[in-house]
Amino acid sequence: MMQRYDYELIQSWIPERSRVLDLGCGDGVLLAGLAATNAASGYGIEIDDANVLASVKNGVNVIQDDIERGLSAFGDNTFDFVILSQTLQAMKNAERVLNEMLRVGREGIVTFPNFGYWRHRLDILRGHMPVSKTLPHQWYDTPNIHLCTVKDFEDLCVRVGAQILDERVIHGGRTVNVLPNLFGSLGVFRFRRKPS
Amino acid sequence: MSEMDPRSVGAAVAQRAGFLEPLILKAGKTLASYELVYETYGVLNKDRSNAVLVCHALSGNHHVAGYYAEDPNKVGWWDNLIGPGKPIDTDRFFVIGVNNIGGCHGSTGPGSIDRATGQPYGASFPVVTVEDWVASQARLMDRLGIEKLAGAIGGSLGGMQAMQWALSFPDRIRHAFVIAAASRLSTQNIAFNDVARQAIVSDPDFHGGNFYAHKAIPARGLKLARMLGHITYLSDDLLTEKFGRVLKRDEYGFNYDVEFEIESYLRYQGDKFAQVFDANTYLLMTKALDYFDPAKETGGDLARALTQAKAGFFVCSFKSDWRFPPARSREMVRALVASRKSVTYAEIDAQHGHDAFLLDNPHYHQLIAAYVDNIAVEIGAGPRRTPLTLAATELEEMKSYAGGRSGS
Repeated sequence: MMQRYDYELIQSWIPERSRVLDLGCGDGVLLAGLAATNAASGYGIEIDDANVLASVKNGVNVIQDDIERGLSAFGDNTFDFVILSQTLQAMKNAERVLNEMLRVGREGIVTFPNFGYWRHRLDILRGHMPVSKTLPHQWYDTPNIHLCTVKDFEDLCVRVGAQILDERVIHGGRTVNVLPNLFGSLGVFRFRRKPS
Repeated sequence: MSEMDPRSVGAAVAQRAGFLEPLILKAGKTLASYELVYETYGVLNKDRSNAVLVCHALSGNHHVAGYYAEDPNKVGWWDNLIGPGKPIDTDRFFVIGVNNIGGCHGSTGPGSIDRATGQPYGASFPVVTVEDWVASQARLMDRLGIEKLAGAIGGSLGGMQAMQWALSFPDRIRHAFVIAAASRLSTQNIAFNDVARQAIVSDPDFHGGNFYAHKAIPARGLKLARMLGHITYLSDDLLTEKFGRVLKRDEYGFNYDVEFEIESYLRYQGDKFAQVFDANTYLLMTKALDYFDPAKETGGDLARALTQAKAGFFVCSFKSDWRFPPARSREMVRALVASRKSVTYAEIDAQHGHDAFLLDNPHYHQLIAAYVDNIAVEIGAGPRRTPLTLAATELEEMKSYAGGRSGS
């Protein structure tokens, strides 16, 4: 498992005792960490059997379900934070998932591999789909079907009426401040529904 | 499973507890006194915090694990789950199996002698509900010195009891395992149950429920009820795989005798069941299923009905179960989340239909084991002393007709 620099950032954003929903929670370590260090509570949603088991082993409240089916199990504003970490790119309908996040949570946090990262661009210039640390799969065998750049995600936020509260592009654990869409490999966004 | 199996709890001994304090039933009637038969496995720890109650389903009983010294082939119905090194680990947990009131395996039921009359209760045995069972089970826990259960676990009707424990006694249960269950039966399920009941009550040998006095058993009705139930506990795919359209002879007979293997199998299962099960108990159990609906008192709002529960919930369903399908479990999960309960939910990819909850499935058993291990941490019961071992293969539960067990 690659090191999850986005987890540290997320942990720093979440106040104590927050109620958190982690969409695509994997083995549950983010939630387990949030519970241990931030006294956060909540649920993880996970579709994969092995990950569900791993989450139970990590003591996380995990609910086996398909995020794409919508978050109908959850009422409006049920959570303080809804997290989608490195899962957006595998969603069939990313816009719908984002809308659901805005509905059930006061704030949303999305992290995703930045397709605009310079190595990815270079791979394309060389005539190939990128393969990197954040995008480790070959194009023909990848769960990542909706790749986007940091700028693309900003556009989607506008489209769904999300107000960006914080936006970092990181690489190797550090925030990239110069030309982030070029030099950062991982986008980390924090947003909420635009007050109407 | 034999007595040589190191993962067995070993020889089990049924015990009996009598209760003279009347039990006031939901139906408004009173059971003046009653007896419960039960078995226990493992050792109750010093602070009495490691008890796990196993609630049985329609045709189940108190013989949950182990075997009987006098009958080594009579293995408990959830023996694959309970024992040293098994998911519910008797090295660390004290497990209790109990036969419910109204049952026919030793606890007071329709076939028991009513002390008031000296005759079997028969039709006069009151209809009991899941709530009544849980109340009687709580009294057994009192008797055993157990103030708070580490968990209650059950599948199907047993899962309903586990849920009811969390509602009736929120301070007396840490975790509820609600497996292949529902918070209320669907219309279709009630319909199936009524067909089963009609089969029984329309049998001339039923005698209005007082067949004991006539030295008769409504075996034909009970057999039909069981045949119908059995079909619904298995998936279409499984029946096709096991029996297909295979004939007992090479050619069609163009008559109404047993021809297809499935007919033979079902009749065999029905006959076997009718010999050992009580028709009044069958009626009573199906009614308890039909009546269960904790949200009835909150205008259908299950989340509100769950408000008082404090337990953690382990909910799981099986994809091929069409009697208690995943959608019913998801309803419960939705309500548990809405009422901010601690809940884990898994949807198991098993092909066996409703009966899958009784069968070996490595993923299903690993999930329970992992959850049970978390409870062990919670109560300070330490790590497993016998490493977790799971059955290597899916149980071929129908390898012989005699091996069939079905548990809704």
